[in-house]
This record gives sequence, C-alpha cells and structure tokens, in this order.
Amino acid sequence: MSENVDSSTAPRLIGKPASVVSRLFESKQLGWAGFAIAVIFPFLVANNYAMNIATTAVIFILLASGLNIVVGYCGLLDLGYIAFMAVGAYTAGIVSKAWELPILFTIPAVLLMTVLAGLIIGAPTLRLRSDYLAIVTLGFGEIIRLTANNLTITGGPSGIYGIPGVELFGLDLSSPVMFYFFCVVVVSLLVLGSARLGKSRLGRAWRFVREDEDAAEAMGIHTYKVKLAAYIFGAMWGGIGGMLFAAHLSAISPQSFVFLQSALVLMAVVLGGMGNTRGVVVGAVVISLLPEFLRDMGNLRYVIFGVVLIAVMVLRPQGFWPTRAYEPEKAGPDRDGHDQDDGGSGPGAHGRKRSRREHRKVTSSGQERGENA
Amino acid sequence: MSPLLEVSDLQIAFGGVKAVNGLSFSADAGEIVSVIGPNGAGKTSAFNCITGFYKPVSGHVKVDGKDITGKRPAVIAATGVTRTFQNLRLFPDLTVLDNVRGGMHLYGGQNALDALFHTPRYRKSEEYFTAEAHRWLDFVGYKGGRGIPVRNLAYGQQRQVEMARAMARKAKLVLLDEPGAGLNHSEKRELLELCRKIRDLGAAVVLIEHDMSVVMEVSERVVVMNFGKEIADGTPAEVKKNPAVIEAYLGKEDEPERGADAQKEEGES
Repeated sequence: MSENVDSSTAPRLIGKPASVVSRLFESKQLGWAGFAIAVIFPFLVANNYAMNIATTAVIFILLASGLNIVVGYCGLLDLGYIAFMAVGAYTAGIVSKAWELPILFTIPAVLLMTVLAGLIIGAPTLRLRSDYLAIVTLGFGEIIRLTANNLTITGGPSGIYGIPGVELFGLDLSSPVMFYFFCVVVVSLLVLGSARLGKSRLGRAWRFVREDEDAAEAMGIHTYKVKLAAYIFGAMWGGIGGMLFAAHLSAISPQSFVFLQSALVLMAVVLGGMGNTRGVVVGAVVISLLPEFLRDMGNLRYVIFGVVLIAVMVLRPQGFWPTRAYEPEKAGPDRDGHDQDDGGSGPGAHGRKRSRREHRKVTSSGQERGENA
Repeated sequence: MSPLLEVSDLQIAFGGVKAVNGLSFSADAGEIVSVIGPNGAGKTSAFNCITGFYKPVSGHVKVDGKDITGKRPAVIAATGVTRTFQNLRLFPDLTVLDNVRGGMHLYGGQNALDALFHTPRYRKSEEYFTAEAHRWLDFVGYKGGRGIPVRNLAYGQQRQVEMARAMARKAKLVLLDEPGAGLNHSEKRELLELCRKIRDLGAAVVLIEHDMSVVMEVSERVVVMNFGKEIADGTPAEVKKNPAVIEAYLGKEDEPERGADAQKEEGES
C-alpha cells in the first residue's frame, strides 16, 4: 500500500487548517523530548534541593497519569486517589522493614495490595454513578488515612521511618541524583504504559463508558468489569507512586496522605486536560512546581497559586491540553476494494464533497482519507 | 426450526403502569419484522426488555433458542443481539471510527498486556478494528469524515454512524428503534435499502417505525402493539385490513359516548 507509507506526510501537503502548533503538539517525538528534558535537568541544576523538588514532581506525574486512567479515560470521579498511594507506600515500608528486603523487592506485594484495595473499594462502589461514587471514594481516602493513623503496624501517627533507598543489581541509587534518574525511568515507562492503554481496546472501552454507559453496554461491553479494570490500573499506578514516595522520603506518615493531596492530583489531571496523557503530565508539573517557583512570595504564594488555578479553569475549562478527538483516516487493507464496490460516486468526488463539509465543521481537522485514495 | 427471536408473554410494569403486558412475537433469520403501534404502546419498553435494559416482570425472551430473559445488556449483546436507540446514543466526543470500533469490542484479539507492550497481536487487532470500521461505514453508505468527532456531524450522518456501530457487532438479531426518525425522504430511502442489505446478510431485523409507508414497503411481517400487547401480527396487507389495528389508530367508527357528549355540548351552547 504505497499511499499508506506517506499518509503521515501527504495530508500536510494539502494545506488544511492543522496549524504548525497543533501538529507539533500531536507529534510522536514530543514524549522523547519530555524525557530528554527530564534527563538533562540534573546537569543544569544539581543541588539537593532542586533534586528533591524534581523527584517529587516526577512521582506526582506518575500519580496524575494513574488518576488519569480513572478520571480522564473512564470518567469516574475519584476524590480519594491518594489512598492507593498510601497503600503502596505503607506496603513497601512495612514489607521492606519487616523482612529487611530491598525496596524494589516489595513491588509484587505493593501491586498485590493495591489491586486488592482497588477491588475492595471498586467492587461495591462502581455500581454507583458519578456523584455518589465521588463521595464514596472521598470516604475511602479518609478511611485509609485514619486506619494508618490508628494501627500499630503502620506506626500510628508517627508513621514508618528508616525505609531503605533504592538498590538495583548491587548499585546504590539512593543518592538524590541517582534516585531522580531512577524515578524518571520508571515513571516514563508507566506514563507510556498509561498512554498505550488509552489507545487500546480497553482504553476505548473506558472512553465508551465515559461517554455513554448504556450505549457501551448495548455494544457488549461489560461496563462494570471495564470500570473495575480502570480502577485497578489506577490503583497500581498509585501504588508504585507510593513505593517511590516511600523510598524517596524514607519516612511516611498519615499526614502525607490527606485529602488535599488527592485534590491536587485531581487538579493536575483536570488542569492538564482530562484523558490526554501529555496534558496530564504538563498539569502535574505545573501543580507540583508552581508553589516552589512562588516560594519567594512567602505565604502569599498559595493565594497566587489558587488564583492562577481558578483563572486557568475559567479561561480554559477543558484544561491546558485537552484530548482532541481526531485521527488520521488511514485506509485499512481492504479499503480500496470497497470504494470500488460502492460504485456510485467516485472516490475523488466524494473526497471533495467531504472536505468541503469538514472544512466547515471542524476547522482543526487537516487530514483526509479521500485525498489518499 | 425455532425462530431466531422468540418473545413470549413479556410483561413489565412501572409502578402501576403496565408498559408491556403480555407481548408475544417472533422473528426469523433473514426477515424484517416491524413493530408499530400508537405512542405509548410499549414498543421501546419491549425493546429495552429484550436487550436487557429493563428486567421484565414475567415472560421470556429467547434468542436462537437460548433464554436471555433478565440478563445484563452486555451478556445479551454477546449472544448476538445489537440495537440502535430511539434518541441517538453515540459517543459524541470520540471519532467516527472509534464509535464504530465500539461495536467490535467483543471481537478482541488483544488484552491489556498486548496493549502495554505493543505486541504483534495488538498491532494486528488494531489494524483489523480500523479496517472493519471502514468496511461497516462503507456498508451503511457513510460519506462524511471519519477521523473527526461524531458531535460535529449532521444528524443524518450520526444516524448512519450508529447503524454502522450496531452492524459492526455482526449480530444475528438487529433491533432498530425508530431508525428513520428525523430523516428526510431520500435518507429514508437509503435506510430502506440498508435494512434490506442487513436482512440479506442473514440477520433478523426488528424495526420500530412510525412512517407507515416505510413499514409497509420494507417489512415482511408487521406486529401491531397497543396497550403493551400485540393486537395483530401478519403481512403488511393483512395488518392493514385488521379491524383491531384500524381501531387502535383511528378509533372506533361509531362511538356513541362521544357522540352523546357532543350532542349535550351542542345543546348547552
């Protein structure tokens, strides 16, 4: 299929509205660019303070991309997402301390516990719709925090301290810079994973559920299972985030998992653009770094932070970088055969007709199947 | 051979209102059956019972001899039932292709791990989904843009996309709830052609429709409903002559009570 090969370039030649900026934003290399920035960063600013902030931001990106699966893809409002992070962090802390294991060895336990946590909240609550679900997840977040606050195994209010840093193949990665690099790699992989999930059959099913649950059900999508899957994936991402968090601070306590944290992660998702991984990453970076940049302002910084957030939501309610429902209309393998089967209007004619109509309706759509055929 | 769809003594009530009250009818593979009846006769309620959106109080729905009464819609869909909705129920913010892919969810060939690692199986199934989506859009004669969100389409095109999505399910039983509502004359013509094409694929098509000319032209059999029950079942010609049907649509020819009232009113004025 010769026209398939150049289908990424050909539509650009036809001078359709896709602007340079939007083309840049859709480009596949952008992920690599983000990764490169993250990797270069320590070479530019290499003090411990900056590394600390940057590591926190990277972990925050992971949380946001995990919550994006639940809220962005599947449309389930989760106000207690930080609970999964708490479960992950506590599991990693307790297991590594109790058996004196390197923290990476706790990953299976972390995943197991977070999946269990996902099932325990998800199974009974996912029958609820939107607002009710939000309230229940809010409650769940508080329950986990209060439980951690009151159990002996979790160390009560003072939490767990002395959690070991990351060690990989005998290599000590616990220095701030090395740990930062480690986080960047892990988080990049998981962010890529969540983006890939979003583009899969399951990811589409999540979107169908978000858009219209009944119609999805009528198409044979078991909406309950699909929602549970979103919850479980979100929980796993959060759990890994918790583990990194525990390894980063080496101490965890219930105060790290208050509702405000859930709200901030949710804010990152909404601010960045629900359902779009790139947007969510940007949102997470803004939410985690903006208060640091405003540090000179003293106590005023939270006021400014708040005002900025409100301003963004008023001026751009869909977020910085929302998902754009659009895909290049690449022809499938038996596409051409069909155009001929149809007879009637030739492909050229109907391509022209289409472009006029589209031009009117979606100014942003630039690529045309018709021109290729 | 038992019919493909067999509805027997179906009942559903909302509070005291018996929306469907003992409905029985059947449809065979390769047949177009229209369900007609006055507004509020229970047609859509019956559809919702068949597809599992309502749980019937009593009665049975069998598809291909398999009892599916009261099952979850997704489970019923998996037995080979597909439907469209009276008021379009597309996924408005997703692209046309994605919407049609929605109908193919059950033809997976990939799981979450395939997607995470982009295995060859993932690529193959994505290619399959895309090719199939194009194929079904061609099948329904859709000529609009395919990579753009459905919400930007004209109404008639949205109807076509919904049909394509329903057809992508490759179902044995196709339930169309007023597919012609809001379409203009030529679009309705195309719809008739499409119904025939679907039938020729070997599916049973059950159609709710108000436009009598459409019903009479396209259907092999017509089931007339009133007050939640079938009052006639036969070929279009038979149904047209059925006195019960004429009564349901036009009222009784001689209505003494109303006549008396009218006289009384006249007398008063």
